[in-house]
Amino acid sequence: MAKITFITQDDENIVLEADSGSVMALAVENGVSGIDGDCGGVCSCATCHVHVNPDQVSQTGEASEIEKDMLELDDNANEYSRLCCQIEISEKLDGLILTVAN
Amino acid sequence: MNKSDLNDPFEQARVEQGFAQVSDQDDPVTMVLRLKDVRKCAHNTKTFSSEDVPGRIVVPSEVNIRTTRQIPFEVDPPMHKGYRALLDPWFKRPLEDEYKAKLNAQIDELVDAVINGEPVEVIEQFSLVLQSRALTLLLNTPFEDSDLWISWGTHVFRSEGEALDGDKAQILYDYIDAEIERAIANPSDDLYSVLLAAEVDGKKLTKEEVKGVIVLTFSGGRDTVINAVSNTIAYFAEHPESLQRLRDEPEIRGRAIEEFIRYFSPLTHMGRVVTEDTQVCEHAAKADTRISLCWASANRDASVFETPNEVVLDRKMNPHVGFGFGHHNCLGATHARQILSTLINVLCDKVQTIDLLDTEDNIEEWDEFKRKVGYHRLNVRFNPK
Ligand code: HEM
Ligand code: HEM
Ligand code: FES
Repeated sequence: MAKITFITQDDENIVLEADSGSVMALAVENGVSGIDGDCGGVCSCATCHVHVNPDQVSQTGEASEIEKDMLELDDNANEYSRLCCQIEISEKLDGLILTVAN
Repeated sequence: MNKSDLNDPFEQARVEQGFAQVSDQDDPVTMVLRLKDVRKCAHNTKTFSSEDVPGRIVVPSEVNIRTTRQIPFEVDPPMHKGYRALLDPWFKRPLEDEYKAKLNAQIDELVDAVINGEPVEVIEQFSLVLQSRALTLLLNTPFEDSDLWISWGTHVFRSEGEALDGDKAQILYDYIDAEIERAIANPSDDLYSVLLAAEVDGKKLTKEEVKGVIVLTFSGGRDTVINAVSNTIAYFAEHPESLQRLRDEPEIRGRAIEEFIRYFSPLTHMGRVVTEDTQVCEHAAKADTRISLCWASANRDASVFETPNEVVLDRKMNPHVGFGFGHHNCLGATHARQILSTLINVLCDKVQTIDLLDTEDNIEEWDEFKRKVGYHRLNVRFNPK
């Protein structure tokens, strides 16, 4: 089981738990505002953009080339950006803190 | 080649040069063909603007047949942002349960009406009807309005043998003018009334602005949806195993929809006007000329998509631009995705196989590039489960 915290743009903290699936799906199922997941997770829409807490980047790993290319043109992107449909939930993510970018 | 295959006429030009020059009336267009370049140009709205004379970013150019600015389509940031902020929540309504239920009922009834062992001409008898009825949900207008829209046929803007017909486009403008007057006299909870009461950046929308939004929902959501639906039916007709797979594995239906949008790319390209001398793929693009962002070509870019010319129903990484990219990404995408999702659910539920009887392709021509976008005629038979 992994416990993941989402911090939305209006500073709401939402703590969710799951053991599988994508982080995007978890956020959408629980109505985290700012994560729409329009494309269902195939890396085409960038409506699942989060900033990973800088201390925890090793937990999520790096974005793939394709994901980086998407993020490169996103005005809110920084070095901690990820499209969270590309992050699979596992034990490894326990305690992760994500800030919703939009 | 199967009848339901859609070719990629841009491959050689995309690989060799990355762009292609095509003619259009007296205003040629440099098509941008690679995925990365298409995204970059879409993102750079300062250099590649949507906000020139109304109609100029459409290819073929419509500057001679209309003066109404389409909103938010022909507005650049920062103004664009205010309009989208107003429109986005309304165009997300297809995610609501009540909307989904109504759409499901519409498509269910339509499919029931065509599973009768008789040949069905899909474009006129199915896709146009489906698209028009579903549009009443998006605009929140009476279901009966769709009868009139269906009677306009697939070519609202076009007469036989003529690509652009100002008189025909006028039918739609006159209709929308009358609807706006109706909504002013009797406000309701339809999109007309919502827009007439709305403000953007502290200013009420004018009638001309309301018209600019509404005409776009009619034109942008018509051929695109009709082509997406028709191509999907033709694909299932030739690939019964795919329909069966989606029946057995409902969890991949979402991916299949994105893959259909990538492969079919119902909107081939859309133009931009260059605002300052610049370069596209090391090719000079001069101020006041046009480029186009070729979504259809970008979606077959082998440097990004493995086996780009194959439909891979459960394609996992699929960064397609079928609904555009960046600021102007498709406002109707939620509605379009909901239509395809509902259609697939109903077909899986009720239809065993589809026989492809005969077809006449609808082929767009941009000089030497001939791209099939769908069908003029698509006769099939639906076989019940
Ligand atoms: C499968 C169906 C559809 C496809 C493939 C599609 C494709 C696209 C694409 C590629 C763009 C980007 C244009 C650009 O960047 O210049 C776009 C924009 C747009 N589409 Fe769609 N579309 C579809 C359905 C619809 C529907 C159903 C509607 C509404 C009823 C609609 C309304 C719009 C509008 C208003 C824009 C302009 C958005 C803006 O400028 O901010 N589309 N569409
Ligand atoms: C008032 C606005 C518009 C008018 C008057 C208009 C007019 C036309 C005309 C005349 C054609 C036929 C072209 C030909 O056969 O050569 C056409 C095709 C098409 N239009 Fe538009 N258009 C408008 C806006 C849009 C927008 C905003 C989109 C998408 C975002 C769009 C998508 C398409 C597509 C995909 C086709 C190809 C359909 C096919 O050939 O099957 N249109 N339009
Ligand atoms: S959900 Fe579309 S890119 Fe992540």
